[in-house]
Amino acid sequence: MIYNYYPGCTLSTKAKQLDLYAKQAGKVLGFELKELADWQCCGAVYPQAEDEIATKLSSVRSLAAAAALDGKLVTLCSACHHVLKRVNDDMANDSEVRDKANAYLELETPYQGETQVIHYLELLRDQVGFDKIAEKVVNPLKDRKIGAYYGCMLLRPAGIMQFDDPENPTILEDFLRALGAIPVSFDMRNECCGGYMAIKDKAAAKGMVSDILASARNKGVEELITACPLCNYNMDVNASASEHLPIHYFTELLAEALGVKGVGEN
Amino acid sequence: MQITEKAQAEEIIRRSGTDIDKCMQCGKCTAACPAGYKMDIQPHRVVWELINGHVDVLQKSVTPWKCFSCFTCAARCPRGVSPAALIESVRLSVIRQQGENGIAAEEIPEYIDEKMPQQAIVAAFRKYNK
Repeated sequence: MIYNYYPGCTLSTKAKQLDLYAKQAGKVLGFELKELADWQCCGAVYPQAEDEIATKLSSVRSLAAAAALDGKLVTLCSACHHVLKRVNDDMANDSEVRDKANAYLELETPYQGETQVIHYLELLRDQVGFDKIAEKVVNPLKDRKIGAYYGCMLLRPAGIMQFDDPENPTILEDFLRALGAIPVSFDMRNECCGGYMAIKDKAAAKGMVSDILASARNKGVEELITACPLCNYNMDVNASASEHLPIHYFTELLAEALGVKGVGEN
Repeated sequence: MQITEKAQAEEIIRRSGTDIDKCMQCGKCTAACPAGYKMDIQPHRVVWELINGHVDVLQKSVTPWKCFSCFTCAARCPRGVSPAALIESVRLSVIRQQGENGIAAEEIPEYIDEKMPQQAIVAAFRKYNK
């Protein structure tokens, strides 16, 4: 099975591991991620205002390109997933955005939100199945107490993202269980890490990270996983030395459990 | 022609796409907001000011610059209001004016380090600039 894949700006550069391990694991699990031709940056933040049209166009181009293929687009980065999914919802349900975007882009076939935006985790859960993944695990992550840090972008707004219960998500814990790890749930796993303030207000970001790490440590978390490059950066760089916990992309642990981490890397 | 403050408030509300009249000022958004302690006008108060046609006080406050855009306020609102969308709409009313961008490209090098993902820089420009 080949899936159209939207890597986004960060996965080819600062978050290479998130991308690399997803592709390696895909080979073991029977699918391939094929980069969408000529994709453009999603913009990293979903423009909420109803009169923001131009800032949504780059996402529409990628969504329309996927519609012209098989109508599916797989994402990995939480922010890309968030932006693409919400713009797609606008194209399907907001006639003003849809009409203006189509008038501007002059696509051969008008785009009306037909593409299914699928996060890699949803692909693992719904297409592959966590039970199938468990069968393919060769290096179970035995005795490792791992906390799943969800952050904001995958979960909210739940009505549009339809990813998991926004207040009590379980998909990452189910994923960890499939890998043979001990998932440790902690209170602040769906709280914001303050990543967007990492540029303008580092103190705010540090405060958020400190609260989240304290919550994780209280429950006995020894390492964390995330799907977001900005969460990963923030939890790593803006944590104090005494509070710091190792944080990995979820795909890294997947590749490790499947026995392909480091295979073919250069 | 000078646009009245009330008309500006109506435009900010309309643009946000949120039904502000549903707000019952319960304050749940403010209780949930992780950036609230940094704000001089709390999220529920932003809604109240807009309902009452007050824009100047919001444009002068630090609140539009402190929102994390984490959408927790909207997720916890029992009435389906999105203070995050309102705050963004207020911020747009500032940065769409000439010379009111919140971040200059020249500033970026002093904020970034080797590990910082591009996503953070792109996001900052999208949030604070027009």
